[in-house]
Amino acid sequence: MSGAVVEIVRTKGEETEAVARAVYEHPLPVRLCHWLNAISLFVMTGSGLQIFRAFPSFGAKIPQKDLLHWPKAFAIGGWLGGALQWHLTFMWIYIATGIIYVAYEIFSGNYRQVLFTHRDIPGVWPMVKHYFFFGEKPPQREVYNPLQKHAYTTAIVLGALSVVTGFAIWKPVQFSWLAWPMGGFHWARLWHFFVMWALIAFVFGHLVMVLLHGWNNFLSMLTGWKKDPEY
Amino acid sequence: MEEQTKPDSVESKSEKQKPNPAGMSESRFSGMSRRELLKVAPVLALGAFAIPGAQEWLLKKGLGFSDWASEFTFRAGHLAPTFSDSELTPFEKFPINDYDVDDPGVIFENWTLTVSGAVQKPGDYKLEQIQALPRTRQNTRHVCVEGWDVIGRFGGTRLSDFMKMIGADTSSRFIALTCADDYYETLDMATALHPQTLLCYEMYDRPLTRGHGAPLRLNIPTKIGYKQAKWLTDLKVTNIVKKVGYWEDQGYSSFYGL
Repeated sequence: MSGAVVEIVRTKGEETEAVARAVYEHPLPVRLCHWLNAISLFVMTGSGLQIFRAFPSFGAKIPQKDLLHWPKAFAIGGWLGGALQWHLTFMWIYIATGIIYVAYEIFSGNYRQVLFTHRDIPGVWPMVKHYFFFGEKPPQREVYNPLQKHAYTTAIVLGALSVVTGFAIWKPVQFSWLAWPMGGFHWARLWHFFVMWALIAFVFGHLVMVLLHGWNNFLSMLTGWKKDPEY
Repeated sequence: MEEQTKPDSVESKSEKQKPNPAGMSESRFSGMSRRELLKVAPVLALGAFAIPGAQEWLLKKGLGFSDWASEFTFRAGHLAPTFSDSELTPFEKFPINDYDVDDPGVIFENWTLTVSGAVQKPGDYKLEQIQALPRTRQNTRHVCVEGWDVIGRFGGTRLSDFMKMIGADTSSRFIALTCADDYYETLDMATALHPQTLLCYEMYDRPLTRGHGAPLRLNIPTKIGYKQAKWLTDLKVTNIVKKVGYWEDQGYSSFYGL
């Protein structure tokens, strides 16, 4: 089903004219995972920032030097205990969605649409020139251009890292080995924080791109079908 | 779905130039799109978290599931990391934390630990009786739920040794503890019997100070800070607890194993 193409036609009496083409880009599991992940990532970030508010520092407790005072209005949970409830509930939805998505991509072969590989490298620079330096738009031959693939592949890796760094700080005894490559428990907490900001940066860029030229892209993540694709 | 799209998907370049008589009509396409949109609707089930009554219940379930996972990952023989003396946080930089007062004013001469519940030898135990048992000293990490952590040196009696002395029924589920400042806690039996779980009367090789819970506190490197109650006065071995702990009863995790 993925990749199916239809021609949309309008019939007036005897006359039939093609008005648009549409491509089936996103199978249902991908769409479900995308929106579940959007919601759970929102909750994880909001509640994570509320948890951070309880000790907004990465140094010693005595003396405590705060890194930044995150406003309560942009956090979820209201208080530390409440935020932990949200965080420890939605992390399971977040993890389950991630596992289902990655498993689906691998077994369906749909990963070819998203995974950035060495074959995409030559296309990176022309896309960068187009996006940032008003270069000519390279012809698009597939669902995602090389830069998109790069961004989405990175986001998936960041998602996995957010889970691994999270477990390193939630379970520093049972999974004490997890924090070791991160430089220990202290660093694991800092990595978890970094990964969150990297994901926020990705989502910000993602939303900007959707706003700039994305109505059909947005619809395709809802219905699976993209009207008037460029390829 | 397959039926509808198959005839359309066999489309070639030449057909693209002129209208395709086998194309899908606009109304059929929008109908199909609408059906596909509806298939994504199950995501809206997460909206249940926005309903005030349901939200509390769902979050309680989620926290409960995390506690179950914590209990599942707990290994009786797995030791928390220990540290060298050079890695210790200086004693004066070890925070004094409590829910109410820094010193509930325990009168040391009169102090006893009152033992009750499923034990062969209930009664009041003096500090000397607890200190007469083998002493363990360990440099372990103390993690606060707020996010900070310190590495401290703790000394005391293994709770498991004390449990033997009082003839505790270790098939019971919980150890319920109460404190001089009206703080209270519940410990699961597996954690109580863990070799690093101490009835702690020393920090940094010196008698426990009042601020840190003198004369007796818990030191449990496999648990979050708030489970390591200070100023202990009562210990009960039991299968039933009405209240879990001061923070737990306000919505914090009951098990919180690290």
